[in-house]
Amino acid sequence: MKYLVVGLVLVLVVLHQDVWNWDNDRLVLGFIPFTLAYHACISIAASVVWLLAATKAWPTNLEGDETSQQPNRAGGDA
Amino acid sequence: MIAQLAADATDSALLSPGMIKVVIISVYLGLLLCLGVFSSRLFRGTSEDYLLASHSIGPFLLLMSLFGTTMTGFALVGSTGESFAEGVGVYGMLASSSGIIHSLCFFVLGVKLWSWGKKYGYTTQAGFFRDRLDSDKFGLLLVPVLVALVVPYLLVGVISAGKAIEGATRGDFLWLIESGYSETGGIPPWLTGLVICVVVLVYVFFGGMRGTAWANTFQTLVFMILGIVAFYLIATSLAEKAVADGRAHQIVDGERIVRTDPPTGLWDSLHIVSQEIPKARRVRAEVGLENQIESVEAPPQFRTRERLDPWMFFTYMLIPFSVGMFPHLFQHWLTAKSAKAFKLSIVVHPVFILIVWVPCVLIGVWATTGLINIPPPVAGDPNKVLGFMVKSLSGDVLGGFLLAGILAAIMSSLDSQFLCIGTMFTSDIVVHYGGKNRFSDRQIVLISRCFIVAVVTVTYFLSLTDIAQTRVFQLGIWCFSGFSSLFPLAFLAVYWRGLSKWGAYAGLITAASVWFALFYASEFGAIDNWSVDLTIGERTIQTMPVATIFLATIVSTVVVSLITPKPNPTTLAKFFPVKG
Repeated sequence: MKYLVVGLVLVLVVLHQDVWNWDNDRLVLGFIPFTLAYHACISIAASVVWLLAATKAWPTNLEGDETSQQPNRAGGDA
Repeated sequence: MIAQLAADATDSALLSPGMIKVVIISVYLGLLLCLGVFSSRLFRGTSEDYLLASHSIGPFLLLMSLFGTTMTGFALVGSTGESFAEGVGVYGMLASSSGIIHSLCFFVLGVKLWSWGKKYGYTTQAGFFRDRLDSDKFGLLLVPVLVALVVPYLLVGVISAGKAIEGATRGDFLWLIESGYSETGGIPPWLTGLVICVVVLVYVFFGGMRGTAWANTFQTLVFMILGIVAFYLIATSLAEKAVADGRAHQIVDGERIVRTDPPTGLWDSLHIVSQEIPKARRVRAEVGLENQIESVEAPPQFRTRERLDPWMFFTYMLIPFSVGMFPHLFQHWLTAKSAKAFKLSIVVHPVFILIVWVPCVLIGVWATTGLINIPPPVAGDPNKVLGFMVKSLSGDVLGGFLLAGILAAIMSSLDSQFLCIGTMFTSDIVVHYGGKNRFSDRQIVLISRCFIVAVVTVTYFLSLTDIAQTRVFQLGIWCFSGFSSLFPLAFLAVYWRGLSKWGAYAGLITAASVWFALFYASEFGAIDNWSVDLTIGERTIQTMPVATIFLATIVSTVVVSLITPKPNPTTLAKFFPVKG
């Protein structure tokens, strides 16, 4: 999962460059310039990627963090 | 002059537009002071509580304080001004990249440094690097560099506040022109700077980090809510004005005609106002009113990035790495109650940036359309554009609230910066060299408070110098470039066992010297949009100065680390324990 998150962050970086939109002067929804709308979507996509990172790739065994040092209850029970 | 303002409030001028704003802002600042004094009642009396809130900050307060600290006058006043000057591309240049990079820094650095900070008792970056590198003297080099970079950042805040309030109260106090205090009849920047410095000083002085976190949360809520209100008011007011002036058009039976129906709400207003974006500047500069609807060929630069070199845009992405080395953010990271408290900040931060920046950028490009007449003194100083728009397009009461929102954004960064510089002097210089056991907790808190007073005083007087004439955005970019260039040091210290103290010295010295050389070449920020140009064949590409500094820092740090003695194994074992 860690590698998926790293890959998605790199995809965001590539999408962020959007040279293919450089001369697009269309107004999206009739009021928001295309480049602004595109990058607003990048911001939302970034939140989604970081949600994935926080839920699926959170670092474990952090020093000083009691919660991450507690034994895995499920594992212990097993 | 302050007495005169007060006198105004007590006579017939009580309800004058200027006094309404002054009263609202005063009430807001009073509330902040109360919050600071109240939070001081929760002070536990220890230096750890004063400087780090005893590691007690939960997810919501951490989110609001981290976000409030990273959003400053740069985000509100600077982004509006810069989009007025350069177009909508400013959002992609800095805001959307920040959404990716800021959270990345919180994730890869913040959480790890928090865990080491809690375990080993760090308060500042110098404390961490001294320990990690086994080098006491590294702190002596790092602290002056960080202070030298934080001071311009502080100035960005104070300058922004002064310009915004001056623009928003322009013409409200005509007696100021007669008495020579102001050229515009607005509240002079020196007075605004003095007031916000004193207010921030008081709540940081009494409340310490807990007061700062609470005040940041309060102020972040205020500036986000009021920012949205400002956006609504400016959009609807501009649309009404566009219709009234015969500037709005609509397509009927395939033909473009002048619209006479008033706007029917926010959505309709947005359509009316944004119709004008393509005509920005061209209309203002070259075309008469009679021709502007049908015959103007729309120049696209204000809704595209046609004038921006793609390499310049790409290298802009390095600027947000600055949050990885902001000393005030490092201190905020250490206040977290647990590692999990970071999750909310990491996830929500990009969307919060969107909520603040998109309205500001749109307001900035709307200001270029000619729907509102921006007078030359304001147009020549883009920092004043937001304040002027607020003053021109909202009522006096709402205008006062919106100004309070602008001040909230600015002060929510200033407080953390003041506190962190005070902390660095106290922890990294006084306590470190004076001896940990030499001072009691009470004395450490007293010393911190004294340094904070000194830092606020120096900052205020610097804001009165010629530096205050620099464009906020440009000054901010140079300041952030310096912090970004130090990011590789922090990253390598956390993730690379091979980083040696000599490598770190080389990286720090390289970053500081290359930054200064390029800043000097740009005439200390006086040349707008200064770039490092590289010619490859017949193609010249433009890059942001931060790319050169960033690359030079990485190369020097890695190369010198590889050829100098390896780090102490005991130290490595402390930070990189063998797994299993």
